[in-house]
Amino acid sequence: MVKIHKFVSCDPDLCTGCTVCEYACSLEKDGVFNPIRSRIRALRVYPSGNLAIACRMCEDAPCVIACPRDALQQSEEDGHIIVDEDKCNGCGWCVEACDFGAITVGPDKIAIVCDLCDGEPKCIDVCPVEALSLQSRETKARKSRISATAARILADAASEADK
Amino acid sequence: MKGYANNILYINLRTGKTKTEPLGEEMARKFLGGAGFGIKMITDYQRPNTDAFDPENPIVYSCGTFCGMMVSGSASKWGVAAKSPQSQGLGESYSTGFFGSELRRAGYDIVVVTGKAERPSYLYLEDDSVQILDASHLWGKNNWDTEDIIKSDLGDPGVRVASIGPAGEKLVRFSAIINDRLRAAGRTGMGAVMGSKNLKAVAVRGFNDVEVADVDGFKEMALEIYEKTKGPETEKYRNLGTAANVLTLNKQAAMPTRNWQDAVFEKADKISGEASNEMYVEKIQACDSCGMRCEHVAVVREGPFKGAIGRVEYEPSYAFGSCTGVDRPDAIVRAVQLCDLYGTDALSTGVVVAFAMEAYEKGIITKEDTGGIELEFGNAEGMCDMVEKIALREDIGDLLAEGVERAAAKLGKGSEKFAMHIKGVEMTGYDVRGLKTCALGYAVSRRGADHQRHGAYGPDLGGQVDRFKAEKGRGQLVIDGEDLYSVMDSLIICKFSRRIWDYESYAKMYTLATGIPMTAEEMRRCGERISNLGKIYNLREGIGREKDTLPIRCMTDPIKSGVAKGSLVTQEELDLLLDDYYETRGWSKEGIPSDAKLKELGLESYAGYLEDLKNTDSKKKSGKKKTTKKTKRD
Repeated sequence: MVKIHKFVSCDPDLCTGCTVCEYACSLEKDGVFNPIRSRIRALRVYPSGNLAIACRMCEDAPCVIACPRDALQQSEEDGHIIVDEDKCNGCGWCVEACDFGAITVGPDKIAIVCDLCDGEPKCIDVCPVEALSLQSRETKARKSRISATAARILADAASEADK
Repeated sequence: MKGYANNILYINLRTGKTKTEPLGEEMARKFLGGAGFGIKMITDYQRPNTDAFDPENPIVYSCGTFCGMMVSGSASKWGVAAKSPQSQGLGESYSTGFFGSELRRAGYDIVVVTGKAERPSYLYLEDDSVQILDASHLWGKNNWDTEDIIKSDLGDPGVRVASIGPAGEKLVRFSAIINDRLRAAGRTGMGAVMGSKNLKAVAVRGFNDVEVADVDGFKEMALEIYEKTKGPETEKYRNLGTAANVLTLNKQAAMPTRNWQDAVFEKADKISGEASNEMYVEKIQACDSCGMRCEHVAVVREGPFKGAIGRVEYEPSYAFGSCTGVDRPDAIVRAVQLCDLYGTDALSTGVVVAFAMEAYEKGIITKEDTGGIELEFGNAEGMCDMVEKIALREDIGDLLAEGVERAAAKLGKGSEKFAMHIKGVEMTGYDVRGLKTCALGYAVSRRGADHQRHGAYGPDLGGQVDRFKAEKGRGQLVIDGEDLYSVMDSLIICKFSRRIWDYESYAKMYTLATGIPMTAEEMRRCGERISNLGKIYNLREGIGREKDTLPIRCMTDPIKSGVAKGSLVTQEELDLLLDDYYETRGWSKEGIPSDAKLKELGLESYAGYLEDLKNTDSKKKSGKKKTTKKTKRD
């Protein structure tokens, strides 16, 4: 059976860039507030592009492959990246390997990455605008197909009306 | 003591020397943060009667108590205080965005900057590293470019920048400090103080943890607050935003129009929040940690103002809309953007342009003065051009850059009568002629014309009192507002979320965050203390009862139309309101806090500043008696 992994996904139309997810994550993991301890990071591209990014739970995750000390492995169950804190020395090859900037090296010099909070991510709980949700690639793609189709139908209807 | 970074940073730009000092628990407990810190520091570190542009005039940046913490809308609130180039009294302003939390994480609660740098410079604070860097290449650049270049120079897009534009460099008296592009510490000319120090920007980057005293308790309460931000108390700000006030205030004949010649704008529907949201707002986004979101980002896609990007709020809709008679929301967005780029206070700028429009229509200034702009009310393009001329001090813009009070004094010809300011600071958008509690609030506001020191329009517009009547008891209402707002501006809690908080919850959150025991009553007392210290500062700098007044027009020209038709505030009414306010405050007739009041608030060490004033106070009284006797004899 093919296992379809879910990850914390952010809807850019809803995201306000408030970074509450970062606060909740660093509080949950380390009991303090500090964005560099957060496993999800929000950003704003001026004037109003907002998005929060966490680990995508890639198959054959590039970070795992890149790690020279075999400190990273991927959970077979939900696809999250497991960091062996004894092996990790914070070298940062994983950071370079990730296209999403989703894995970083925290202030304790250990790689940090979303672990889905045992299936109930705290960031999703606190997001004030419900921009965050658990999605798989399959559900994301399906939603994109639906909105593309809906847009097509709308455009057709509009051109019909114009006639 | 948790929460705070427990660190004050002092920087002298002349000598290049820096030092740090612990904040200390007493300072934290008595003055909280933000406003409290700013007012306390300038009172203590500024020589009395220093000119605002004197190199030794300190400028103080401060974090709100909850900077860097998960408190909705509060994590990035920061304040700035200094002698104001407008009022030559207390200057204070507050901003948000993402700058304040970075400052706290860099490890500072307060940054005090004195001296003038030899050449254009900017500060870069990264944790323990404090650098004064060359800003020659940034001088003359607008705020948005300045931010981009600094981030690129430092090679870190995570750096946060609070900067001034060309207006601040040219000492336009109502210059703002801009951070995160769309956020401004706008009022009282703090940007000009930076300019006078050759200080282009403060850039910060911080990697320290922000710790709270009671993690579990804090978390529980923080989540409760987030739930409340989703409720009806904040709905207005989440939807239409403050621009919803356009139609509300216009209906109440409280929207100053054409430089306060009236209080009803006949084209209000065109610049309403409803209209601008529908046409131009592309995204409503949030500041750091905010569960509420209110930043209505408007983008103009076509027409003469194509490409304009700005925030839609009520106050600029008044200043660049009704007050200048302009009925185009796209022009308002452009004018706001120009203020963000050049770095002026949008509010003051609009009122200054409106003043110039009236002077133009009355023939006091001419087309020659304006550099060819036909500066009539309603001229949208002319308004935007004038904003640029003021920021760059071109043509009559050079005089207008001094603000309406100074411009009118120079122009004469009766223009003083329509210079809409209090203590040299231009009026904000509540027509106080028909809002008498609010009128008192404006008159006594410690930073000049302002609705944000007291919120006294609330009881008037909410129907709690007869808005057209001046009577005893209004003093207490204004005091309640002032002390509450002093706390809000110190913790710094976003005023848009004020309805989901009270003293009880402020105190509780404070204790959870800092570990310092605090009750609701002590919290209220902090507000009273901060309000009183602001007054002491102003008194020391020569701002007394005679400056607690209203613009001449508000006391001579009644509102012409709408439900407030015929309203104005007479001198008798104002005196009655002031007497009531001072008495309720525990101040003398001249507004000087009594020794008993100082002792009660733990401010007795400041009594020295008031000694001389008390002597003149009693002389004045005896002088008055003599005059009365003389009059009787005559």
